[in-house]
Amino acid sequence: MLDIRGVTKSYGTRKVLTDVSFTVGDGRMTGFVGANGAGKTTTMRIILGVLSPDSGTVLIDGVPVTASDRRRFGYMPEERGLYPKMKVAEQLVYLARLHGLSPASARRNTTDLLERLGLDARAGDTVESLSLGNQQRAQIAAALVHDPEFLVLDEPFSGLDPLAVEVVMSVLAGFAAQGAPVLFSSHQLDIVERLCDDLVIIADGEIRANGSREALREQHSSPRFEIRTAGDTGWIRSQPGITVIDVAGAGDSTFAVFEAETDAASQAVLHHAITLGAVHTFSQQRPSLATIFKEVIA
Amino acid sequence: MSTATRPVHTAPTFAQSVWLVSNREISARLRSKSFLIATGILLLLSMASVIVGSIASQNTSRTKVAVVGTAISVVEQTEAFDIVEADTVEEAEALVRDGTVDAAVTPSTSADSVLGITVIALDSAPSDVLGTLSVSPELKILEPAEQDGFLAYLVAIGFGIIFLMSATTFGATIAQSVVEEKQTRIVEILMSTISVRALLAGKVLGNSLMAFAQIVAIGLLVSIGLAVTGQRVLLADVGPAIVWFAVFFAFGFVLLAALYAATASMVSRQEDVGSATSPVLFLVMIPYFMVVFFNDNPLVLAIMSYVPFSAPVGMPVRIFLGQAEWWEPVLSLVVLALSTMVVILIGSRIYSNALLRMGARVSLREALHK
Repeated sequence: MLDIRGVTKSYGTRKVLTDVSFTVGDGRMTGFVGANGAGKTTTMRIILGVLSPDSGTVLIDGVPVTASDRRRFGYMPEERGLYPKMKVAEQLVYLARLHGLSPASARRNTTDLLERLGLDARAGDTVESLSLGNQQRAQIAAALVHDPEFLVLDEPFSGLDPLAVEVVMSVLAGFAAQGAPVLFSSHQLDIVERLCDDLVIIADGEIRANGSREALREQHSSPRFEIRTAGDTGWIRSQPGITVIDVAGAGDSTFAVFEAETDAASQAVLHHAITLGAVHTFSQQRPSLATIFKEVIA
Repeated sequence: MSTATRPVHTAPTFAQSVWLVSNREISARLRSKSFLIATGILLLLSMASVIVGSIASQNTSRTKVAVVGTAISVVEQTEAFDIVEADTVEEAEALVRDGTVDAAVTPSTSADSVLGITVIALDSAPSDVLGTLSVSPELKILEPAEQDGFLAYLVAIGFGIIFLMSATTFGATIAQSVVEEKQTRIVEILMSTISVRALLAGKVLGNSLMAFAQIVAIGLLVSIGLAVTGQRVLLADVGPAIVWFAVFFAFGFVLLAALYAATASMVSRQEDVGSATSPVLFLVMIPYFMVVFFNDNPLVLAIMSYVPFSAPVGMPVRIFLGQAEWWEPVLSLVVLALSTMVVILIGSRIYSNALLRMGARVSLREALHK
């Protein structure tokens, strides 16, 4: 488990991170969401030891990270970077060896990974000669080639075509499934919504929300319900503790959206509806990640 | 994640990291066409200078002299001229006038003549003929110069040019490679993996090895060239200076490489490398111009041979001229090595502070203070 505890960082007089604390659990895909300049990249750089925090610590299973621990991290920086004139496979072997792999296992990992990412045919090409999508795949490979035990990826999906997004998503999910903590940032909230187990929302250098995706949704759910029934739903207006927002449809399919003051009031509506006829759906409206995000950073 | 199923991450030591980085630098250089072409040109130029020098030294054509009557015995003694015999003084004068010969020597008509000959020339006194035929007074030189002035000039300029070319070529290469890593942001991956010092040390080591190899190649080529073209005497004179030059260059280049890397790390784009590293370029040019203008000034040379930036040129020139005591290159080398260490310390500080600052150029003050 990766534990970020009370991290603070200033550039000169500008405070970029204030008491940032969150955890990335083993096997959890953790989405790191925030506006531009909120402090995501700085936080990730501090986790990787590229920057040092003014105060606070990064712990692995409760023990502060050391320089040699950081070789067990896989890191993908936001602004992509590989040597443009170096061949893909050579570059991956070089990075794997810098992380402490033997020449033989560096070569083996490189071959395996390029195959998994569908890049094996381009192994001998220079990075600059690859298409943008393939450069991204090579970048992912660079983060994974040394069999990292932790993954920290800054915007791994930005600039990827839909096909590459699927490839990368499955590679990352496979990684988390093996029990590795995975932290990734993204602007694409729909991807985060599909992919992540946990969510950390940062704004102005402060953590605004932090927890499992479902818990956050629960927490930010409005007391708003929708019901779809076979009969008329106009009667809901007269129920105690209920405010109807919208009623639509006619005949054997009607639809109503209402707010309930208490859970009991909403349950009463459901009970009554069942006595009147078939109920197709009854659900609490769940906010999308985008809604939660707007609410949290407001 | 179970560690049993994955390869053990044995963290490479500092030295191993440096070695990996420097190997990458070297192989990147060896794959670069522009580098290979530039090296080839430099080697060809040094070879050509030896060959041209050898041809020039053999091609000193002998002066043609017309000789009349008994004067031939005097001229023949000198064995310094091509002799054209003329029957009369008039015929000899005609040969001088039409340019067939450079001068004519006739028996003297004056009774006072010590040598008993008269030299006839067209429009000015032929100093080589007069010099050879004159009787010189006994000569005693108190402090004989070890080397001919012109040769000293050539050797000084040779060291100057090689230093300038190698230092600027490899300095620019180092600077570009630093900015390439910064511009492509691969530096973030590198910094999260190995220490910044290891990265800098690897770059400096890799490029210094290449520069040193180039210097050794040039030194060998010139030495072999001198031996093959029969200029062994010159080789014996220049040889020790070449060896010292290589030793000084090794240290001097490390110093410059650290400076190039540090100054380049302050900018983020290749376009800005030139202006960022221009102060270092200036430092490299100084020894070149100093040695061109002051190679006959022992005081300036002596100062140059101790100032770290110019010592790699200044000291070998003094050794060639025989102006340096045996301990002087050693002392100068110690000074150079110490200043190289100081520069590396300052340089690595600038380098590690400036590496992650993207965008605008990082000021020196910011880079030093973090």
